[in-house]
Amino acid sequence: MEQIFNLTFLAGLLGAMIRMATPIIFGTMGEIIAERSGVLNLGIEGIMLMGAMTGFLTTLHTGSLWLGVLAAALVGILLSLLMAFLSVILGLSQHVSGLGITLLSTGLAMFIYRLSVGSPVSPPTVKPFSPLAIPLLSNLPVVGKAFFNQYSLVYIAFLLIPIIWVLLFKTSWGLVIRTVGENPLAADTVGINVNLVRTLCLAAGGALMGIGGAFLTLAHQNMFLIEVVGGRGWVCIAMVIFGNWNPIKGAGGALLFGFLDGLQLRLQGIWYKIPFHLFLVIPYLITIIALATMSRRTASPAGLLKPYRREEKG
Amino acid sequence: MSVISPKKPVVEMHSITKTFLDVVANNNVDLRLYEGEICALLGENGAGKTTLMNILFGYYTADSGQILVRGEKVAFSSPHDAIENGVGMVHQHFSLVPSQTVLENIVVGSFRGKFFLDTAAAKRKLLELQNRFGLHVDPDAFVWTLPVGSQQKVEILKALYRDASILILDEPTAVLAPLETKELFATLRTFAAEGRSVVFISHKLNEVMEISDRVVVLARGKVVAERKTSETSEKELANLMVGHELTKQPYSPSRKTGAPLLQVSGLTVKNDKGVVAVKDLSLTLHAGEITALAGVSGNGQKELAEVLFGFRELLQGSVMIGDQPLPFGSPKAAIESGIGRIPEDRMTTGLILDLTVEENLALENHTKFKKGWTIDYRALRRHAEKLIEDFSIKTAGPGAIARTLSGGNLQKIILARVLSASPRIIVAAQPTRGLDVGAAEYVHRRILEARDAGSAVLLISEDLDEIFMLSDRIAVMFEGVIMGMVGRREASIEQISLWMSGVKEKCA
Repeated sequence: MEQIFNLTFLAGLLGAMIRMATPIIFGTMGEIIAERSGVLNLGIEGIMLMGAMTGFLTTLHTGSLWLGVLAAALVGILLSLLMAFLSVILGLSQHVSGLGITLLSTGLAMFIYRLSVGSPVSPPTVKPFSPLAIPLLSNLPVVGKAFFNQYSLVYIAFLLIPIIWVLLFKTSWGLVIRTVGENPLAADTVGINVNLVRTLCLAAGGALMGIGGAFLTLAHQNMFLIEVVGGRGWVCIAMVIFGNWNPIKGAGGALLFGFLDGLQLRLQGIWYKIPFHLFLVIPYLITIIALATMSRRTASPAGLLKPYRREEKG
Repeated sequence: MSVISPKKPVVEMHSITKTFLDVVANNNVDLRLYEGEICALLGENGAGKTTLMNILFGYYTADSGQILVRGEKVAFSSPHDAIENGVGMVHQHFSLVPSQTVLENIVVGSFRGKFFLDTAAAKRKLLELQNRFGLHVDPDAFVWTLPVGSQQKVEILKALYRDASILILDEPTAVLAPLETKELFATLRTFAAEGRSVVFISHKLNEVMEISDRVVVLARGKVVAERKTSETSEKELANLMVGHELTKQPYSPSRKTGAPLLQVSGLTVKNDKGVVAVKDLSLTLHAGEITALAGVSGNGQKELAEVLFGFRELLQGSVMIGDQPLPFGSPKAAIESGIGRIPEDRMTTGLILDLTVEENLALENHTKFKKGWTIDYRALRRHAEKLIEDFSIKTAGPGAIARTLSGGNLQKIILARVLSASPRIIVAAQPTRGLDVGAAEYVHRRILEARDAGSAVLLISEDLDEIFMLSDRIAVMFEGVIMGMVGRREASIEQISLWMSGVKEKCA
């Protein structure tokens, strides 16, 4: 047993934690922006899947990984604009609109994929992102390999955390976004276009969700499978609540999930006699427990879920 | 106070008309606002004051008419446009973000082209404004920690921070203590002295007399009068506000007044915000008599009614029905002890709009239709059919969804439900608000019939016509206390109006 839990194991586990957390961080950051403006985007699961599919196919056909990432971001924006049209402009239920987007995207992703590649015996693959070692830092023992020899999308995800935090809490845009999410009437009466802000926040968040999906097919794996997202979108929704709508705490939750995901993969290998399905459950189970025990005192944006309309009464 | 020598008009509103569904809120209204003046917009609830100002603020768009600001024609499609033109408005219900600081609430959206929040510069500008206008609030305090008086200061500062030169205040003193009102008035005078203009919406005559230079009186969506404050009196304004002499003949008075059925003594009640809304109030209702409780909404009538309906806790005092105290926390017990409830907000606490007419008719007495564990829908249908006929409720049938009925017919459902249970005491809050003349008259006749059958009726209303037609005695409620009570025959409309505006002096 001691031979297994050594430093190499630890470095591998930490590296896996970072990698597994990356798509969750993208999705969580995207969802936080949307929810801070007052819109719950339950389309995230489908948007991530569409991002994964679009990113993969674009790279497959063009050979360019970054074009794939860009295409994933664009498709995320498009689907989020549809979400904005339904839930912000038309003022429909955010729950129903979001779930509708996810259902639509799930079907659409499979359809477009089949249309494009047919049903070959073995699925096509791309040459995925290769790790980018940061000079000097990657030579550090244990953490060097775990933290500083990662895909460039991983670095981008971790840079996003402080950027989104500063955007929300230190800039005038952030104050506008938070005011729209807390009290849209207050925003309207100081001259802010509530529906425009919400639409832009959904679009920006959708771009990040799309990239989070593309990470799965262009870095984490090198092919597209319909179950590639596997509920990670829903995990992001949970992480937003877990992190109390704060990007830093939300990312902490994503790291916890990534750690457990990396751990369960390794435990599958160690205790191979136990059905691996049980290990697959672990991160989701802990997520539920963490949500139940730690999120009692959350304060969601007060305007969340409420479409904004000027009161038309006398 | 500055004497008015009308200078340039800053705002000119010409023939503004605004309709909501089928209610005309503003009917061809003209209004001018001059530099450096405080103009009071006076009128009863529903006179159209707030709607008119929301149009000037760009929150509503007028159906017709035009607005000129500093001589230029404007078409505001949102508050953004109004703010750009120097118009600021403090609504009666504040729009603040409780979880953010005072500074954040004030500066949000005001940074043009600046990406990062420059809190230091914003705070300097804010402190300068605070000193200039005497509006002291800690910029770093969270809004949820502030009392309402300070929250209002934040709202005013929001407008001043955007350099408003036209400030609209909607019933600003409703939430203020007397000392705070004095401070507010000082602020407004400083503001006007700088050559800027204030619109002060109110229905409190004494405050209008104290603060304004000019008074515009609105009634039923129209401007009915305009006076220089120095050339008018509270009495004249009270008459103008009501707008007309009584047109309708009163109904016949009570023939015989019976024993006291309900006795309220020393009642003190808090409202939802934890502020005392009813203060040491005593009132007795007699069998066969209609007691009207006149007064502008929001002076504690709602809280009093809720105590009588059994769902608001009293702080002090007692409510006796005969010789039994009214139990609290149980609307059911209130119904069983003989109180008939005609609530003010019929859409929300009176009816369940998504249930059928017959279900709504059975709401407070559905236990009468029990058959074992289930409801005897056949008996329920018979009950409903009888009431629909008796009260001539216009509906597709007992099975129709309540939402599909008109306002008058919805009120008839409540009336039918209450009166069919033959209550000894009826509390009717604004029973004809929003009804057309025919429906209102029907409601009046039914209430009179109940009175003649020996019920004691408490009629809570803002409508003086209704009060003078229907009641036997008139009490006036203002800021939680009864200002006075008088028999209908002895009552004058001037006296009642003055009491409603908080003026206690006797009429000559």
